[in-house]
Amino acid sequence: MALHRGRGFAAVNYPIGMNLGGDPSQALVHANPDGKFTVTLSSIDLGQGMKSVVRQIAAETLGVPVEDVYVDTADSDTGPHCMGSFASRGTHRVGNAVIQAAQEARAILLEAAAEELEVDAADLVTDGEGNIHVRGTPARTITVMAAAQAAQFRQGRTIAGRGIFLIPLSDVDPETGEMTPVSCFAHAAMLVEVEVDDETGEVRVLDMKSAYEVGRALNPKLVEQQLRGGAWMGMSHALWETTEPCYPDRSHRPVDFTHYLMPGPGDLAPHHISILERPAPDGPYGGKGPGEMCANPVLPAVVNAIYDAVGVRIDELPATPEKILRALKAQGGARPKRRL
Amino acid sequence: MSDSMIEFRKDLFADERDDRLTVIGKPVRRQDILGHVTGRSPFFDDHLFEGLLHLRCARSPHHHARIRRIDVTEAERSPGVVRVLTGRDVPCNLNTLLSLLDFGIDDEPVLSGERVRYMGEPVAAVIAESEAAAREGAAKVRVDYEPLPHVLDVEEAIKPGAPVVLDIYPGNRFICHGKYDHQKLRFGDVEAALRTADYVVEGRYQMSPIEQAPIETCGAIAAPETNDRYVCYTSTQALFFSLATTSKVLRLPSSRLHFIGGTVGGGFGGKVDSIHEPLAILGAMLTGRPVKYAWDREEEMQVGGPRGAERWYITDGVMRDGRIVARKFVGYFDSGAYTRLTSYAIMKAVGHLPGPYTIPNVYADVYCVFTNRTPATAMRGFGITGVDFAIEAHMDKVAEVVGMNPIEFRILNSYRDGDMKAHRRIAKNCALIECCQVVAEKAGVALSPEAKRASSRQGGGGERAQLPPRTALDEKGRVEGFAAHGYARKGHRRGAPDTPVRPSPEPAFARTSSALPARDIASKPPSTAGAPPQPAPARAAPSQPPLPSPPSGPAPRAPIRFSSISGLRRR
Repeated sequence: MALHRGRGFAAVNYPIGMNLGGDPSQALVHANPDGKFTVTLSSIDLGQGMKSVVRQIAAETLGVPVEDVYVDTADSDTGPHCMGSFASRGTHRVGNAVIQAAQEARAILLEAAAEELEVDAADLVTDGEGNIHVRGTPARTITVMAAAQAAQFRQGRTIAGRGIFLIPLSDVDPETGEMTPVSCFAHAAMLVEVEVDDETGEVRVLDMKSAYEVGRALNPKLVEQQLRGGAWMGMSHALWETTEPCYPDRSHRPVDFTHYLMPGPGDLAPHHISILERPAPDGPYGGKGPGEMCANPVLPAVVNAIYDAVGVRIDELPATPEKILRALKAQGGARPKRRL
Repeated sequence: MSDSMIEFRKDLFADERDDRLTVIGKPVRRQDILGHVTGRSPFFDDHLFEGLLHLRCARSPHHHARIRRIDVTEAERSPGVVRVLTGRDVPCNLNTLLSLLDFGIDDEPVLSGERVRYMGEPVAAVIAESEAAAREGAAKVRVDYEPLPHVLDVEEAIKPGAPVVLDIYPGNRFICHGKYDHQKLRFGDVEAALRTADYVVEGRYQMSPIEQAPIETCGAIAAPETNDRYVCYTSTQALFFSLATTSKVLRLPSSRLHFIGGTVGGGFGGKVDSIHEPLAILGAMLTGRPVKYAWDREEEMQVGGPRGAERWYITDGVMRDGRIVARKFVGYFDSGAYTRLTSYAIMKAVGHLPGPYTIPNVYADVYCVFTNRTPATAMRGFGITGVDFAIEAHMDKVAEVVGMNPIEFRILNSYRDGDMKAHRRIAKNCALIECCQVVAEKAGVALSPEAKRASSRQGGGGERAQLPPRTALDEKGRVEGFAAHGYARKGHRRGAPDTPVRPSPEPAFARTSSALPARDIASKPPSTAGAPPQPAPARAAPSQPPLPSPPSGPAPRAPIRFSSISGLRRR
């Protein structure tokens, strides 16, 4: 009886947004007289950080400090329509709507500033620190706050913008499946190292090495949070989780976390992440959505690693000790492959 | 540990990126983090109104049964019970979630009155002064069931004579485009290519049902608001989707609904089904008091829709040098007892095939199958995770058959910019090869000079941009009696009846390319060939927006029609 190590590999791509389009999101942006901006949405923050990402997108587009932007969301009386937070669509769809709204608001902000400075708005730039000045002449400057106050109290001008992002719904051909499924794809590759106990059938994930291509990491910490959590979920799907352990039979159904198994802190493996950024032409600042695809390569990489370690193919998830032991028995014991 | 375990490969694709941004790309602290870590962020369950009532459902103990009678008198007399709801109290007690996108026929009751189709299906809702009283009351709902034969396996369910789950789908299969009992993908001639391949590798893969497992279980709290409106605090992942569903089910104009959400304790796909909002609001309407309906953990795990099970069969034809020349899929999505989102999942899966590889001949038949289990719903990776597991486990086997390093095998077959994909659009913005190379480098896996040199930006297009010279078509799985009114259909006008359909012959899928009635289509340039696949061309644009909010303003007298694009209903 022995512990066997093996390595497994998998690579995937992932479609961003509702597959066939037809899933609009809107955003509204307006300034208060003190030069602070509110982004109004009806999108949902599930913990993934949607509010923070669109806040950064708004600040970047407006050209103001991120501290001067606040995201208010999900009151159906005030927020404009959004399809929802699913299908990796938040960053891509909502982000694009926010860019459009922020561009419109920025243009009016610059017009208000131009009127105060008595210059052409086209000659104005923002410094990202709350100031607007004439390109090449930093001395001719006005703060965003002063411009916003002038707009409200002197010029009678609303600094506000509207945005929507919609990819029209695609047909699907019944005969060939021809369709236009989404407009950009994220990518990932993953190599997992496991240790298989041929006496107990237990699998330990020892190490994960990944590369995720996300278009652009709009907030690197939030991307990392998604990738670490998602890879954990992939590992959990591969080896632990199911609501129906005897599928398709419905017996032994778990009803709480003592019976619904998931890896705990002691089961976590070091995960070495590399992030690649090939901007999506239609993504907000090139960003794609990392939220869903991060789990996907782990499932096949784990079963491929089990095969590499002991020579049995587990084609039904999760790869429980019982399944591995039965396969080992049928094979007459472990037959390490060590192909990778 | 994170700092030493993450790297940004800014060297790759640097020429396509402007890295001189001020806020984008910075690790800005989350706007909501202080509220989260101090426990002060308000979630739906923090809106505990004075006089709040609690709603619990009585549920079917059977996989499949006819309901002879529901007796709620004892439940109504139970201490603390204020009101008991059955299906008769629900104004529009039949809905399909994607009626908002016309992706199915209304098939699922809010509270079942005539038949239950899965264990755990709700038949009555008990509203009481406390959760304990609601539980006690729910246990006293007496239902006279007549158990019916049930079916739990997808391949058993599609055999002739299997118990029928939903009468509107007598074959236990969702009907695509009103025409076929599955979604087809046909690209080239897989059977012919398999005959010429050096090796044929087959596999069968099973993805298990999985719970989204959010920390916060699904729920909603509704209360009467001023001006004859109802406010609803909800854990939904899709505010207006839930609002529109509620508006339909309760036949209430959306202007009378005020939904508040936005901060959710984990969703992962499990909070789009809009199950709690309609019942909580109905409870508030009928009692005049605030009502909370939330799942406990057991319901979250066994009544809440899981990631559906999927079964995939893959057959690959591969040459000695490692090039995959044909890939065939047969996929079965276990939708459970109702459609919910699975009809859409199969479309998403078909659009994803054959994975991130350029393969000249691809075939798929993907089925949405009804069984007597908890309806499946969305989960992280919806429509993709299961088939990616199948594809990548299969890739490992095929690599072994041809004696190649598994990473090198992926790089060889990887899609590249300019390649034609099986759904007939040109690939762009690819980066699979680079991901493979980075991982190989980190893991110390030696690649051949060719694999090291490979690039997503080179070697694609040209011949690889061409559609196959011929594609074998067939009428396998043709059905009659369904009308499709536009969605996902070509060559028919919206609202036009389907052309009369001949009695379906024996499934006509041709094993040989010459067999009739399989047809070939000559290749034509795809609509976006040579151009980046931009948003769908005008011909695909619906005549109206796809998912409008229900009209606000004066209350319409007729039930609100959500079907903005098309209908899909039985004649």
